[in-house]
Amino acid sequence: MSDVSERPFLSNASEVDEAASDWLERRNFGSWTEEDRREFDDWFESSLAHRIAFVRLESGWKRTERLTALQSPTRSDSRLSTQDLWLKFFRLTAAVLFVAAVGSGVAFYLAKRTQSTYTTGTGEREVLSLADGSQIELNTETSLRTAVASGGRTVWLDKGEAYFRIKHDAAHPFVVLAGERRLTDIGTEFTVRRDSERLKVAVLAGNVRFEGDNSRRDEQKPAILKSGDTIVATATSFSISREPLKQLANELGWRRGVLIFNQTPLSEAADEINRYNRKKLVIADSAVGRLKIGGTFPKNNVNAITAAVRELFGLRVEDRGDEIVVSR
Amino acid sequence: MIERLDSDREKAARTSEAAVTALEVDVWFVREILPLESALMEYLQHNWRNRSDIYDFRQEIYIRLYETALKKIPDRPKQFLFAIARNFLINRVRHEQIVPIEAVADLEALEVAADAPTADRALLARDELRHLQAALDRLSPRCREAVVLARIDGLSRSEIAVRMGVAESAVSKYLSTGIRKLVEVFYGEPKTVRRKA
Repeated sequence: MSDVSERPFLSNASEVDEAASDWLERRNFGSWTEEDRREFDDWFESSLAHRIAFVRLESGWKRTERLTALQSPTRSDSRLSTQDLWLKFFRLTAAVLFVAAVGSGVAFYLAKRTQSTYTTGTGEREVLSLADGSQIELNTETSLRTAVASGGRTVWLDKGEAYFRIKHDAAHPFVVLAGERRLTDIGTEFTVRRDSERLKVAVLAGNVRFEGDNSRRDEQKPAILKSGDTIVATATSFSISREPLKQLANELGWRRGVLIFNQTPLSEAADEINRYNRKKLVIADSAVGRLKIGGTFPKNNVNAITAAVRELFGLRVEDRGDEIVVSR
Repeated sequence: MIERLDSDREKAARTSEAAVTALEVDVWFVREILPLESALMEYLQHNWRNRSDIYDFRQEIYIRLYETALKKIPDRPKQFLFAIARNFLINRVRHEQIVPIEAVADLEALEVAADAPTADRALLARDELRHLQAALDRLSPRCREAVVLARIDGLSRSEIAVRMGVAESAVSKYLSTGIRKLVEVFYGEPKTVRRKA
């Protein structure tokens, strides 16, 4: 510490701070091109002061995002206090929005916000129709909450999978939150599937804006997903790819009550069908699990698929009551 | 010294005998140091007469903190941060040839700040809401409107520009300023709510 005190003292904290917030604003709200990124990297790496200012603002801004999430009750174990917080926050936002409304002559902001929770059990499916004509379909073992206010429409996907067909309305953006990740529709049809660790988003039509978990370097820039784009994010990886629309449509077979497999390893097919049934399909060994299967099967009936593997591959199928074991 | 360390974070990690990457320091800084910022600011305000200096002081203290942490992440962040702050102030006093009595006499403040209790999470969250409210209240009306539209309504920059009837460049300015001021209140200012027995 003693040697650095000889260094000339720089009194430019506010300038550095301004540059840092300009960069943060540009990255979060602007069109973030490859050139922007390079320019930013140069700035970020060129001085420790730049780095620190940016890291500080980035994490602080992230904290304000968490606060807005308090608008909704979150975990059931802290429902009362969260509700309390939410009420407080609502009063605050109402006050703020009132100022905004008066300022811009928009009064409809103040309408009441209504919230609901929807869950489906194993093998169930539920279709929600929103007043604006939008539609949400919940797949098996899914839990989501909705909040529709005049300022916007928000859905929290807590677990499971849902299909969204959204009537776009720029004045009332439709936002889906899955953990730290955020999707905003830009007129669209898409699916979101959230397992314990993994999030998958597939866009069938229109555009969706994806904002990743800001605490992770590889997800920091928002992406615009177009029809056919698929995002898979896990705790350790993140990828965007394109899938043929036919493939995506097949993945939506559940909406018609079927599962459609095409060159799908038997182990994966078993995992899929097990989402919908209490009676589980168990594949006895990994070699059997690697066998590829194709076809359309009813999602709520394990027997159709076991009959197929018995005939196609000559496998042994043993019904043990709560599970069906497939082996050689 | 700074130039060497941050010219290339990968290189910094590889060349120094103790390999700590700048990214690891970032994470540590956000987790351990930023929550102490309001205590640090209180400490600086308490011990330095000229308030306008303390933002530059903070920057300088953080830089020194990073420089050391890049070699080895300190085990006791609080003690470490306030030791740097204290040394920094003492050097400044020497440098300026002026001696504000408190700066030298009030060294116990270090211990007081370092031992401040950590509130439980729920209470902290509640304080944060009041904090956000205070911060929002202090923004200019246009700036506040842009922040609310971006943060709470999730609108894009161009959508905000249409809604507010201003150019996108103006929205950028509002948002940039809003980010800076909100974060300053969040991290930099002492929590207004006191829980004392």
